[in-house]
Amino acid sequence: MTILLTKNSVKEDVEMRNVYCQTLSELARENEQIVALDADLMSSMGMIPFLKEFPERTFNCGVQEANMMGVAAGLSATGKIPYAHTFGPFATRRCYDQVFLSGAYTKSNIRITGSDPGVTAAYNGGTHMPFEDIGIMRNIPEMTVLEPTDSVMLTDIIKQLAGLYGMFYVRLLRKNAIKIYEKGSTFKIGKAVKLKNGKDVTIIANGIMVAETLKAAHLLKEKGISVRLLDMFTLKPIDKETIITCAKETGAIVTAENHNIINGLGSAVAEILAENIPTPMERIGVKDLFGEVGSVDYLKERFELTANDIAKKVEKVLKRK
Amino acid sequence: MLSQKELNQLERFATEIRLETLKEIKNLGFGHIGGAMSIVETLAVLYGKVMKINPKEPKWKDRDWLVVSKGHAGPSVYTALALKGYFPIEELMTLNKPKTNLPSHCDRNKTIGIDMTTGSLGQGMSTAIGIALGNRLDRRNSYTYLILGDGECDEGQVWEGALFAHHHKLDHLITFVDTNKKQLDGYTKDINDLGDIAQKFASFGWHTQDVNGADVAKIYEAIEKAKEIKEQPSVIILDTIKGQGIKFVEETMANHHMIFSTAEHKAAEKCIIELENRLKEYQV
Ligand SMILES: Cc1ncc(C[n+]2csc(CCOP(=O)(O)OP(=O)(O)O)c2C)c(N)n1
Ligand SMILES: [Mg+2]
Repeated sequence: MTILLTKNSVKEDVEMRNVYCQTLSELARENEQIVALDADLMSSMGMIPFLKEFPERTFNCGVQEANMMGVAAGLSATGKIPYAHTFGPFATRRCYDQVFLSGAYTKSNIRITGSDPGVTAAYNGGTHMPFEDIGIMRNIPEMTVLEPTDSVMLTDIIKQLAGLYGMFYVRLLRKNAIKIYEKGSTFKIGKAVKLKNGKDVTIIANGIMVAETLKAAHLLKEKGISVRLLDMFTLKPIDKETIITCAKETGAIVTAENHNIINGLGSAVAEILAENIPTPMERIGVKDLFGEVGSVDYLKERFELTANDIAKKVEKVLKRK
Repeated sequence: MLSQKELNQLERFATEIRLETLKEIKNLGFGHIGGAMSIVETLAVLYGKVMKINPKEPKWKDRDWLVVSKGHAGPSVYTALALKGYFPIEELMTLNKPKTNLPSHCDRNKTIGIDMTTGSLGQGMSTAIGIALGNRLDRRNSYTYLILGDGECDEGQVWEGALFAHHHKLDHLITFVDTNKKQLDGYTKDINDLGDIAQKFASFGWHTQDVNGADVAKIYEAIEKAKEIKEQPSVIILDTIKGQGIKFVEETMANHHMIFSTAEHKAAEKCIIELENRLKEYQV
């Protein structure tokens, strides 16, 4: 793991989907076993260049998620390395039993990419806004659950996945991420990245909430509160060791996720704390609500996922120390 | 058969739905315009003539129901509802705005007059069947209308429903397949060829009709015919164009969801004027 943090966290000029496509294309040039599947969201995912370069190894199944996951499992049985994409809710809820049984239970080798996590589904609204995907995916035995934070991490993770065997769920922003890492950074799946080394409280975040937490840390610094920040991009297997160390050293934990607070990052962290080192903890996340339409900024306010919300929770948890 | 006057009224209503839907989407600047436009004539016939409804009592127990399973066509369904008086027409300008009652995809808990929530393709098939079964259990004579997309017919759930609806002899379920020949990523024949959709439904035991989906008279006649069929579900395969009736949208290849460019805004303005002029002709 080599981490080069950027000094300037601004919106990246590349979209995550284009980086995804480029990386997958590079891998496919080297490895003939790689195949891509989609369920009529290939253009939305920026995967048309892949389709053009590897028409034989691309399967756009049409609008049929369950069939796609079953086909991916069959391809895996013949030694292929399938990357299957659709929007988050359709990659998880819509075909859960196919992922669970044809995929995980048979010990297949599939990378499932679910795009538009949480509020980033924006104007597609409640039917398309996954606040539960991580929850149901982490409930599948042996499933690895990842949410790459920016394009540098995405590239590294997608490359690593090509060489691993198993079931992986990659929760992926399609558009521009906020830059966190500089080129040359490499990551270890299952190992959190320490972005700030404060002493009063540890905020554990993932996805778009990492950038939001960086803003919160600035707000809190002005109030004299020193924040430690972890990027928990691997939700499962979760980095138990680092959580315990940080709980010990800072004595308070706040989690921040773009997902239902039930059975997501907050729950996973709480499980570790409760069993190992009970510590005052607060959770930022969607409070058991359905999604709705709006801009990402509006939805962050609506579901209380902003830097201000995080800062408030930090002040609350500090009182419980 | 429709009288000349009724025909004129329905054509006028279709034009009005198309016009107000274009304004609605243009105001937002983006939306699922292709699939919203291809069902305009069908919506005009259903809401303008066929469906037994009462906009003052949207939940009237003896009404006919409509499930728009291709839920992304919400914008034109909302227009039809507004023009029928379910809610003020100005509300169309709130499409997708914060706290709106009119989200991208049909939502029965948000929009007055929407009978079933849709957006995850394939699922409207089953919910429509359930509605038809429930009304039959209650000995109501209500019809359940269902609109599927052609791309949507990729979903296995559609065919599970086809089998089941036939087994239960659901003659009060009348289904439309909006065959605009395109799904999100392109032509259905290039992605997952559906072949002859009518023949597929026929082999599941359905009564089938192929109809020009831009012709309100033909759509009306097909519905009347379907109502005569007993002990068998009916499907009407609508031959349509994605973006139907809006030239610049029809001519755009990737017209499933469009984010209007400046040029497209201009083209839409021109279309709005054309549609307004056409409306005036109907009034004379
Ligand atoms: C289960 C599911 N998968 C994927 C999508 C994303 N999606 C929305 S519309 C669409 C294409 C639908 O094509 P079609 O049914 O032909 O609709 P139309 O052409 O009438 O717009 C897709 C893939 C979805 N809404 N639901
Ligand atoms: Mg279509």
